[in-house]
Amino acid sequence: MKICVTVKQVPDPNLPMQVDPATHRLVRNPDQSILDPADEYGVETALRLVEEHGGEVVVVSMGPPSAADALRRAMAMGADRAILITDEALAGSDARATARALAAVIRGEQPDLVICAIEATDAYTGMVPGMLAELLDLPQLTFARQVAVEGQTVTVHRDIEGATQVLRAQLPALLTVTASIAEPRYPSFKGVMAAKRKPIDERDLASLGLEAGAVGAAGAAERVVALEEVREEKQGQMVTDDGTGSSVEAIVAFLERIQVV
Amino acid sequence: MTENELHRDLRRAVRELCQRFPDEYWREKDEASAYPEEFVKAMTDASFLAALIPEEYGGLGFGVTEASIILEEVNRSGGNAGACHAQMYTMGTLLRHGSEEQKRTYLPKIATGELRLQAFGVTEPDAGTDTTQIKTTAVRRGDRYVISGQKVFTSRVQHSDLMILLARTTPRDQVKKRSEGLSVFLVDLREAIGNGMEVQPIATMMNHETNAVFFDNLEVPAENLIGEEGQGFRYILDGMNAERILIAAECIGDGYWFIDRSTKYASERVVFGRPIGQNQGVQFPIAQAYVHLRAADLMRYDAAAKFDRGEPCGAEANMAKLLAADASWEAANVAIQTHGGYGFAREYDIERKFRETRLYQVAPISTNLILSYIGQHVLGMPRSF
Ligand SMILES: Cc1cc2nc3c(=O)[nH]c(=O)nc-3n(C[C@H](O)[C@H](O)[C@H](O)COP(=O)(O)OP(=O)(O)OC[C@H]3O[C@@H](n4cnc5c(N)ncnc54)[C@H](O)[C@@H]3O)c2cc1C
Ligand SMILES: Cc1cc2nc3c(=O)[nH]c(=O)nc-3n(C[C@H](O)[C@H](O)[C@H](O)COP(=O)(O)OP(=O)(O)OC[C@H]3O[C@@H](n4cnc5c(N)ncnc54)[C@H](O)[C@@H]3O)c2cc1C
Repeated sequence: MKICVTVKQVPDPNLPMQVDPATHRLVRNPDQSILDPADEYGVETALRLVEEHGGEVVVVSMGPPSAADALRRAMAMGADRAILITDEALAGSDARATARALAAVIRGEQPDLVICAIEATDAYTGMVPGMLAELLDLPQLTFARQVAVEGQTVTVHRDIEGATQVLRAQLPALLTVTASIAEPRYPSFKGVMAAKRKPIDERDLASLGLEAGAVGAAGAAERVVALEEVREEKQGQMVTDDGTGSSVEAIVAFLERIQVV
Repeated sequence: MTENELHRDLRRAVRELCQRFPDEYWREKDEASAYPEEFVKAMTDASFLAALIPEEYGGLGFGVTEASIILEEVNRSGGNAGACHAQMYTMGTLLRHGSEEQKRTYLPKIATGELRLQAFGVTEPDAGTDTTQIKTTAVRRGDRYVISGQKVFTSRVQHSDLMILLARTTPRDQVKKRSEGLSVFLVDLREAIGNGMEVQPIATMMNHETNAVFFDNLEVPAENLIGEEGQGFRYILDGMNAERILIAAECIGDGYWFIDRSTKYASERVVFGRPIGQNQGVQFPIAQAYVHLRAADLMRYDAAAKFDRGEPCGAEANMAKLLAADASWEAANVAIQTHGGYGFAREYDIERKFRETRLYQVAPISTNLILSYIGQHVLGMPRSF
């Protein structure tokens, strides 16, 4: 089977986030960007399915040229090849434009399965997978925490409030996977070296057959108009007990006010 | 891929792995005197411990330069490569002198981690530095060798499947040179322990699994002899240059760790209203230790490059080991001094690394023996022993 996994390069979530005040965009420093940890679950899921059924794992990303590093990481884990959609005209793409670009490439690949994370660790819209399924006209199975393929059917388990739901669809299909699906493997250094020799196919807009107006800032249906950092404030309040246990009441009253109890 | 790119990728990959094993991990292992099994497994899974195994046997096919970078980064991260470095430095004996059959039997399994070869029995109670005096004997009987005797400070026996063992196969009074008549065996510890081999752990001042080992008519199949009978001492010596370079790299890793910690602490700790590092009495010793460390680092790369080009490198390998062990010990001392009382507190890890790096003044070879090598073999002065 052929599986396409969409993967995004994101600013390292362990480092403080930087925002460009003029464009409201995240500052993306290639040296401090990594394969989105959320996408490692998709890569791991695809690798396990292909180990079981045979086939090929193709990782697809849209991003600046440095996103090749994220693709190499996925290939070091074991993915067979990579496609990087990169073009100046794609800068400023919103989720819809991103989905259009990814769909154009994935359509050409004709995979049996497309695997995405639920949401990217930087922008968190969670909209790309749904749009991608729509553009590719694929059934969409979301929040999978377990997946199995038999013949031409895919079965996923997903958690809903108080129950587990089992969904089944015909291939080809699109999945989004949660962090409980499988522990992503660490690439071995052999894998790292092998990934250097695996191909990354770079695609520009022209080769995708997309109009410049359909993607990038020009094709964005939404615009980020403000981005304010959340400030963490530490507040302390001293409660002094007068010897009668009065502090207990005061603390309980406080916890009720902030709705902790 | 250029060499520098490979080295950069390698450093980055080892660092990333080591981040999964922070200070607390090593501190807890140290306090419990426990083997860092999870770490060694991760190093194996990442194929780092198979660095020197040729690609055709499933390894990375690297040289000693790359292997030394791996061990350096482990120690530089605050960890201790002593738990697993012997997999690399015993490798040369098997690689260069083992038969094709032995290599095909063992190397692929060592590369995947199915087998561990990280025990190395040379030192004996009555023959420390004077290796040719060893008393452990191996006597051929049919298709087996029967081994009797005793080793001491044999490390990692409890966490290894195979051991390389040096034993005398021809009595000293029947050989022309005292270095002849010694042979090297590959002992399968899984079969040997309890069947002619006993292991008694030795507690030491740092967390290092080491043992006294006793052989009482241990039978080893004759096909486990490595190379030719009687030539074992030469095979062991042959592997020593790699060992010296790899240990030098660990010392260098330790040294950078001590200097990083000292620099940071000296810049942050405020006494008398200013950072202690503003005082030259604190700053200069750190700078001095750094200078010595960088010089040792250059000698290590020189030795490693010569080794990997197949050139003689005994002098450079020995000098690198001495310079690096001295530099890391100097840096360790400076780190304790810079940290004041906190240097002695376990949660700062300085005292742990201080204990760990002290070993390298003595083992695997003591500083004096290196000086006697330089005096005799490099400078041509009279033999002292
Ligand atoms: C607050 C905010 C700030 C933004 N800042 C920037 C910025 O600084 N620079 C900029 O260029 N854009 C920026 N964007 C746009 C954003 O990166 C795109 O909307 C993004 O490509 C898709 O949205 P998402 O990251 O939320 O994806 P989600 O829908 O959350 O992603 C889900 C999954 O879809 C797949 N996927 C998503 N994007 C890609 C991709 N590009 N390639 C491959 N797979 C993908 C992955 O599998 C991912 O895990 C910003 C958006 C917002 C809301
Ligand atoms: C933690 C640890 C782990 C070890 N692991 C292993 C292992 O896995 N396998 C193994 O085979 N061995 C191992 N060793 C042994 C180590 O290699 C020896 O301790 C070392 O070679 C020194 O031998 P010795 O202890 O017998 O010292 P001795 O030979 O007794 O020497 C004592 C001191 O006298 C000095 N000295 C001796 N002769 C001379 C001379 N002619 N001129 C000047 N000075 C001299 C030495 O430099 C040393 O400082 C380990 C040791 C330790 C402490």
